Amino acid sequence: MEKFEKFTGIVAPMDRANIDTDAIIPKQYLKSIKRSGFGPNLFDDWRYLDPGAPGIDDRDRRVNPEFVLNVTPYDQGQILLARENFGCGSSREHAVWALTDFGFKVVIAPSFADIFYNNSFKNGLLPIVLDADIVDQLFKEVQVEQDYQLSIDLDQQVVTNADGVQMYFEIDDFRKYCLLNGLDDIGLTLQHADEIKLFEQQYYQNSPWLQ
Amino acid sequence: MTALTLYDKVWQQHVVREEKDGTALLYIDRHLVHEVTSPQAFEGLQINQRDLWRKSSILAVPDHNVPTTDREQGISDPVARLQVETLDQNCANHAITEFKMDDRRQGIVHVIGPEQGATLPGMTVVCGDSHTSTHGAFAALAFGIGTSEVEHVMATQCLLQKKSKNMRITIEGPVEAGVTAKDIVLAIIGEIGTAGGTGFAIEFAGEAIQNLSMEGRMTVCNMTIEAGARAGMIACDQTTIDYIKGRPYAPQGDLWDKAVDHWHTLHSDESAVFDREIVIQGAEIQPQVTWGTSPEMVIPVTASVPDPAEESDQVKADGMQKALDYMGLKPNTPLDEVFVDKVFIGSCTNSRVEDLRAAAAVAKGRKVADNVRQALVVPGSGLVKEAAEEEGLDKIFIEAGFEWREPGCSMCLAMNADRLEPGERCASTSNRNFEGRQGQGGRTHLVSPAMAAAAAVFGHFTDVRKI
Repeated sequence: MEKFEKFTGIVAPMDRANIDTDAIIPKQYLKSIKRSGFGPNLFDDWRYLDPGAPGIDDRDRRVNPEFVLNVTPYDQGQILLARENFGCGSSREHAVWALTDFGFKVVIAPSFADIFYNNSFKNGLLPIVLDADIVDQLFKEVQVEQDYQLSIDLDQQVVTNADGVQMYFEIDDFRKYCLLNGLDDIGLTLQHADEIKLFEQQYYQNSPWLQ
Repeated sequence: MTALTLYDKVWQQHVVREEKDGTALLYIDRHLVHEVTSPQAFEGLQINQRDLWRKSSILAVPDHNVPTTDREQGISDPVARLQVETLDQNCANHAITEFKMDDRRQGIVHVIGPEQGATLPGMTVVCGDSHTSTHGAFAALAFGIGTSEVEHVMATQCLLQKKSKNMRITIEGPVEAGVTAKDIVLAIIGEIGTAGGTGFAIEFAGEAIQNLSMEGRMTVCNMTIEAGARAGMIACDQTTIDYIKGRPYAPQGDLWDKAVDHWHTLHSDESAVFDREIVIQGAEIQPQVTWGTSPEMVIPVTASVPDPAEESDQVKADGMQKALDYMGLKPNTPLDEVFVDKVFIGSCTNSRVEDLRAAAAVAKGRKVADNVRQALVVPGSGLVKEAAEEEGLDKIFIEAGFEWREPGCSMCLAMNADRLEPGERCASTSNRNFEGRQGQGGRTHLVSPAMAAAAAVFGHFTDVRKI
């Protein structure tokens, strides 16, 4: 995984609560056995006017000109701004893969669904929780200024707007450490293989019916 | 000693180590695997030349993509076929137990786990599927994970987790006849909202929950994720133990006795403290129907479609209007005037034999209404199908004009050929009414099996208590 570096990026607003993973990447694309290539089908039902399917060349489809990610400069967005409970629904990591494949590095929302939140960190996507009032203010600012950008500093846990206003966010130390250093969870856990084996010995002694 | 909740107990028994910030390495007992969220995990193992830590913890089954008709002809969609074949190949390569598409035990992963006794009380159970919460009905800590975590469990038998907060939802007193587990959980989601359980593990308790069969408890825990919580749990009692006894993966002999001794401890201590407590009166719960595009958009069957004009919060009112536009509904329409085009009885929420019995009881001696183009019954597993056929449920459905299908996820998420066409309205026993969930442009109303069967035979939503 790549290290998560400081950056400044365009904010794409999606003014909707409860954006679910079925909306982020519809089911027909889950048939893929790969991790990449989901970007063109991010928000597929909203983004195109005709139905899509795996194998169809998306360049030949009718795009919905009103959908935010089809509008310049949001098609270059790196920060997605959304409302409550973003990423609710199924556990499909394809939703995160589609967002990162499109180019998003950060999603800002007042709250996230647990599984989506977890999946994001495994793929270098930073989900930032900000107060609903602050998110509301950001939506207002994006509306006024189309080229609206924010700077993200994970190390300092701060989002900064062009006027220098800083918005602090919380994140678990361990997750931050892994993201900043681009660490592979599995490699880290396997460093504790002996501890796991020791745990198993004791565990199966106490619960022999599980062995 | 500190009084512990059920969740605290199962959590503590599985912690291998803890980071300074509380991130725990949690040991996993049972890993259920299906074709959609596993191929990239197996590929990751291969790329990094990692082996599986404990093969015997894995039970695999194809369910999302499998056809529910003409199964002997295989899967016609080449992309779906490749995904199922990839699962077969991965399981063969790693010597993992798999119930293949032609196995009579094949079915929806959350139906077959408990059916086989592969889900046991006190276990940690994971699967790359959010409805893994189903297994919490057995006092197990069960939750859905993403594909990276699937790979992590395969390679290490552990997961990195932060402990959730504790919530208890108590349903006081019994529910009235005609009110089912599905209505209970939909009413809960209506009460706390789809984000109400975020960050919590929920324990369901109270008389109405204790009165439920294991099938009913699975329905309640299944939809915990729709309330925002990854895990839902119910204390182990005699109902739990009786259900497990004699199942293929269940312990036997001395081991059974030892296990049962332990299982009797799997309940919250009397003085355990929960971070949040919710109490709902069972008598107040009525048969439920969702009207919008989120499971929290739910009302009793006796109510009318809500009016955004009466919502003071503008963001909420906009959301309601978007949902009504998508659903093609007008505010203040009584639900019994809402007509359906299709009916789907199935899914990991409601496809067990008890669910099919409840639907058949309504269908018996009646006919699917003329305005209903298709009414599907999709059993949760091959064994559920056999059991239902032994009772003659298939004949009741077929005589009433329902289609009796092969097991799988089917129209719950429409990855196979079973789906809604744009604009079609469906009474569905599944778990999600999101836009496009059952097919692009499809309109889903979530209901119990009896309510779905009633919608099929009357052509519109009908209060099952009055028929």
